Amino acid sequence: MGTNPVMDKSMTTTESDLNTAATTSVTQPDDRDQLTLEQIAACDNFKSEIHDSLYQETSIINVKDFNLWYGTKQALFNINMPIAEGQVTALVGPSGCGKSTLLRSVNRINDLIDGLHIGGDMLLNGTSIYDKSVDVIELRKRMGMVFQKPNPFPMSIFENVVYSLRIDGERNKGVLEEVCERSLRGAALWDEVKDRIHESALGLSGGQQQRLCIARAIAAEPEVLLMDEPCSALDPIATGKIEDLVEELRGEYTILMVTHNMQQASRASNYTAFMYLGRLVEYGPTRDIFTNPHLRPTEDYISGRFG
Amino acid sequence: MSTTLKEPQNTPALPREIIRGSMSARKKARGNRGGRSLLAKGEPMLWLTGGGLVVAVVMIIALLTLVIIQGAVTFWPKPVVQFTLKDNTIYMGEVTRDDTYKPEPGVLNSLPADVQADIAANEGWAHRELVRTGNFDLTNTHFHWVEDFNSQGQTLPKWATVIERNSWGRFYGMPKSFLIDGKVVADTPQAAWAEYIKYHDEVRERWHERRGLEKHDIGRESRKVDHARLEMKSALLEHGKDSAEYREAQANYDAIEAQVNVAYARIREEINALNAENDRYQLVMETAQGQEKQLGLAEIVRAYPANQLGLGGKISLYLSRWWEFLSDEPREANSEGGVFPAIFGTVAMTLIMSVLVVPFGVLASLYLREYAKAGPMISAVRIAINNLAGVPSIVFGVFGLGFFCYVVGGTIDEVFFKASLPNPTFGTGGLLWAALTLALLTLPVVIVSTEEALAAVPGSMREGSYGCGASKWQTIRRIVLPRAMPGVMTGAILAMARGAGEVAPLMLVGAVKLAPELPIDGVYPFLHAQRSFMHLGFHVYDLGFQSQNAEAAKPMVFTTTLLLICIVAFLNLFAIWLRARLRRKFVSSQF
Repeated sequence: MGTNPVMDKSMTTTESDLNTAATTSVTQPDDRDQLTLEQIAACDNFKSEIHDSLYQETSIINVKDFNLWYGTKQALFNINMPIAEGQVTALVGPSGCGKSTLLRSVNRINDLIDGLHIGGDMLLNGTSIYDKSVDVIELRKRMGMVFQKPNPFPMSIFENVVYSLRIDGERNKGVLEEVCERSLRGAALWDEVKDRIHESALGLSGGQQQRLCIARAIAAEPEVLLMDEPCSALDPIATGKIEDLVEELRGEYTILMVTHNMQQASRASNYTAFMYLGRLVEYGPTRDIFTNPHLRPTEDYISGRFG
Repeated sequence: MSTTLKEPQNTPALPREIIRGSMSARKKARGNRGGRSLLAKGEPMLWLTGGGLVVAVVMIIALLTLVIIQGAVTFWPKPVVQFTLKDNTIYMGEVTRDDTYKPEPGVLNSLPADVQADIAANEGWAHRELVRTGNFDLTNTHFHWVEDFNSQGQTLPKWATVIERNSWGRFYGMPKSFLIDGKVVADTPQAAWAEYIKYHDEVRERWHERRGLEKHDIGRESRKVDHARLEMKSALLEHGKDSAEYREAQANYDAIEAQVNVAYARIREEINALNAENDRYQLVMETAQGQEKQLGLAEIVRAYPANQLGLGGKISLYLSRWWEFLSDEPREANSEGGVFPAIFGTVAMTLIMSVLVVPFGVLASLYLREYAKAGPMISAVRIAINNLAGVPSIVFGVFGLGFFCYVVGGTIDEVFFKASLPNPTFGTGGLLWAALTLALLTLPVVIVSTEEALAAVPGSMREGSYGCGASKWQTIRRIVLPRAMPGVMTGAILAMARGAGEVAPLMLVGAVKLAPELPIDGVYPFLHAQRSFMHLGFHVYDLGFQSQNAEAAKPMVFTTTLLLICIVAFLNLFAIWLRARLRRKFVSSQF
């Protein structure tokens, strides 16, 4: 009942502001403190609240004025977002806000979807990802990807881990074995599977399968690790292991992670970006986002008042 | 919100009974509603679906049972029965079947009064048996009907013997004497039979040897001549009549012909020697009617005193006939002997067809499913492929004959086998063209099931592979195809089953009644894809509808059908085993 006055107040603000928004949908609301979700949703050119500390980091990926359409439906609106090198960045937001779309745009795996087109650009170490001259396959090799549902290939554990080397034509058994062990150790899976490395990967448990997918992703020593809700299909213990792993991989890899779990974002990430309906609302150090967000919708979402 | 809060305060005011009463009434109403609709319970649908399955299963089981029973008893030896008719005519042979029928009025009126009364008491029905009396060379017929009212009685003569011959069909009679070099060495049935047992094996061995000489040695020599003649003709076509090459080839041909003629003479001598040795042994048989017939031992494939056989003898005879059926060549216009060339042709054709259709089908469906962008064009192609499965198979046969045999084969003949024209080499029906025609026929099956298998590969697998930096082809080859392999195998199984059972198109593109040579043999280049071949399905058709001795061929129709079903089932089991092995690799664990 304590929220009621606030709710009422915001409701009244909406009523009046929606009218102005309807007439000038692209204008930025001046009063950032009183910003509402409806205003964000109505604005095609929303200026994200990006904390200053981000500009002090070296960015490995730089998203610039990025727009994306599925057919005629726009899914991402004018995203500008530097991603800090060697840090863990979490993307949070309600379902359908475009987190996964943004993540999947980074290694262009979205290209496989018919009718998809984009505007703006992304830079990886200063070079464009979406330039015509870019070899998508080479690009993807520089970024490991871990999916929502563990998707080990129907092969042995060994073959799964060295898959990216195999497709490059690596045949040297010594190299493959070394990479396999290093990657499995990196994914904290080596001790559990070292005796059955040539057995089917499909015999592993869900948590092990997901760590295997992480091992597979880091086998090619990528610059960036993209994780699309890596723990959503796992139980709390497996989730804990993956989070510990993310903690270990921090620094060595830049990790961009989509999550629905606020606690996970607060525990595992250095930076958090809050997205809403295809707009990047607020982006800053995780501690600031969780304790002292600049915008009210961020605070509402983080504290569980909506979404 | 306020109303729901107030309600509990009001309830105590209402009498308990009223609430309870209304509750139970509601419950009753709900119960009644459920009971009123039979469909709501789902029972009728259970019966309808189950009934559908039962009808299908009963039909399949009935067909299979008919084929298995009829096919399995064909080779079981039956007793030889001697019937004596009222006019003292004697028929001796095996009873093949019986039926009840209504005799025609004319026949009926000529019968004695007591028989007429019997038949009339039976509402005009009479019983008769069909007796296989054989001895076609003496009587010009294989079968006789024996009506019960016309028969005095039947006996089982002890020495009634069934003789299967190389020609003229079966002979039924009693052994009378045995001749060696025209001299009687035994003159009782028992002694003659003992002599037969003594000499028959060695005589048959010589007979096989003679056939081998005729087939292989003479064949080899005539191939030499043919080869030389073709070379001569090629030289003529290439270099002209007055060229040195032609003259050289001509000289070569003459030399080889002379050589071969010498070889021919030698082989013929050997054959004559074998024949002369075999002709020394003659078995004299006496038919039930008292006619004598002298049979050369070489002519006798198998003979047995049917009424003296014990169970063991019957079983060994049964197995020996099955073995002959599976391993030997047909004789007697296919109605006797074996079907080995047909088994061979069927299996070879089906395997070649599978080898052709599976890669083509997989490639086509890979393009359709993985590379092509969905659109009206692709939908049209897909509909066209599905409709291809509905085209009558004879149309494929016509297409195969017109395109493969005449256009493609004719062109190959023009280019590579000019010397043997106007005799076609590839320009006529043959194993390769039949396999290609059936591959075309079964292509939709493979494409449809492969496409389904490809579509069933989870998108997450593909994404995982792309995420690792794999190209499209690498993803298809390493992830998609292995996962889809069991589905591809299912398509191959269906295609094989369809292809092996198909007859109509084969009649046009290469299946023949009797193929002189197998399509795969020991003569270079070993696989003769241009040769016509025998096929079990065509064999069934030929036996059932083209045979002169239809009644004798009928059991063979069932046996051959049984064999064809067994072969198809065996090929399918093999493919299913292969699929299960593939599938075991991809068992997914649940978590």
